[in-house]
Amino acid sequence: MFDFCSDPATLDGIAWLACYLTTGKHMAFYGAFGTVLLLLAITAPTALAFGFGGAMAARSRVSPLRWLGKTYIAIVRGIPDIVFFLFFVIALDQGIEYLRHQVLCPDWDQPVRQGSDFVVCAAAKMPLGNAPQWVHESYGFALAVLTFAIVFGAFAANVLYGAMRAVPRAQVETAEAYGMSPRQTFRRITVPQMWIYALPGLGNLWMILIKATPLLFLLGVEDVVYWARDLGSAKTPRFTDYPHPDWRMWYFLALLVFYLLFTRLSELVLTRVTRRLSRGQATAGGEAMRRADLPAGPVA
Amino acid sequence: MKLILTFAALAATTTMAFAETHSVVRMGTEGAYPPYNFLDDSGEVAGFEREVGDEACARAGLTCEWVTTDWDSIIPNLTSGNYDTIIAGMSITDEREEVIDFTQNYFPPAASAYAAMAEDADIENGVVAAQANTIQAGHVAESGAALLEFATYDETVAALRSGEADAVFADKDALAPTVEASGGELMFVGDDVPLGDGIGIGLRESDTELREQFDVAIASMKEDGTLNELIVKWFGEDADTFE
Repeated sequence: MFDFCSDPATLDGIAWLACYLTTGKHMAFYGAFGTVLLLLAITAPTALAFGFGGAMAARSRVSPLRWLGKTYIAIVRGIPDIVFFLFFVIALDQGIEYLRHQVLCPDWDQPVRQGSDFVVCAAAKMPLGNAPQWVHESYGFALAVLTFAIVFGAFAANVLYGAMRAVPRAQVETAEAYGMSPRQTFRRITVPQMWIYALPGLGNLWMILIKATPLLFLLGVEDVVYWARDLGSAKTPRFTDYPHPDWRMWYFLALLVFYLLFTRLSELVLTRVTRRLSRGQATAGGEAMRRADLPAGPVA
Repeated sequence: MKLILTFAALAATTTMAFAETHSVVRMGTEGAYPPYNFLDDSGEVAGFEREVGDEACARAGLTCEWVTTDWDSIIPNLTSGNYDTIIAGMSITDEREEVIDFTQNYFPPAASAYAAMAEDADIENGVVAAQANTIQAGHVAESGAALLEFATYDETVAALRSGEADAVFADKDALAPTVEASGGELMFVGDDVPLGDGIGIGLRESDTELREQFDVAIASMKEDGTLNELIVKWFGEDADTFE
């Protein structure tokens, strides 16, 4: 990185540290923070979409759709995350490859399962075996996003389901009295008003999602925990220019600070959003704001 | 525009043609077991196996790409096709032969050894740390000692230093640099234990063609002495080499 880094053995103090902290491996470590943030940025809206869909399905008047929504919520909420992450991703990956195999190689005569091997024709591999490494990594990342979205979507669905039911009945009745159709009522009355009821639950989910990101390593994505563990472990001089004893404590301390700062920032944002959404709502919070805004009336 | 179309068509046909064979062989390794394999300062896979693998690929005319994975899931990821080989200091054992295939060994049967903080460490009835799913862990489990398993080699050494374990049992070649660098804090105790049939490249049982290719490449590397040179380079003059 810096010019004076060519011979680390001669360095000490700040210069050594500056060189050490800018090795290619450390760059990958810093990049992994980006991976985590990107995962959150994509997963949160996707999970919310899954949740919205799940909640709408669970409320549906069409029975099969309702069963589907309720089954999704019940099954995913009931399975331990780690089982889901270990089992589902491999199953999903093999499922995709199996379907591609059926379409792309109809004249393949060998079985797909050979002992413990899962063998599909080369054209059905996902991604193709000769794809560059970044394609493999992106594919793994996409699987991770999808898995996170499905898991957290189920919890979000339950939160939103509750929030939709929490909208005061009087509001919906009034809409009906104005002659709005159920669809119009849902779009104009229920959805705009439900967010304030959903927010505490969704805020919780967001915090748990942040803390769940180290599960990424289970999915083969090299995340911050993976790099912290590798960088922090004791290094002998033969295999690195920067030998050091077991420094995992410091690396994990850095992760702790990162996660604490990030959740703290999230809390601040959530508080602001709650204030914003409370405005004009028929809730205790909204009522308090309305009173505070009233011009001082005559003293009784 | 026309040029782009031609290029796209060309790319499509070559993809089709290549798709049928192993045009790129993905080499799966752990990246946390020096000197066999580790990540160097720039985050690239390096070590003895990197050089053996690259040389074998060159001789077999294969394009190889290196990927790292968790040791615990290294075999399931191979059988489900996420990469094509395991080249991660994996000893050839009967147990593993039931699930995957191995090439001939590219590293002779190696000694495993105990390392401890004191000469009188109790390796027979004490607590011995080993990496999970290794032949060393299997050996400790069969001995009278209490086995303490960890996901990585580094963690086993950390457990020894923190006093959680009385000794670490691992490949002697992996332990040697650690013991050397500890400045007398760690030492070898007890006798060396020969385990396994050497180290080979692991492949899916259905992938016989690729196994043949690597077998031939390794045989030729043994014949002209390249392999022995690499062993001496990474494991020192005293290391066991092939005849």
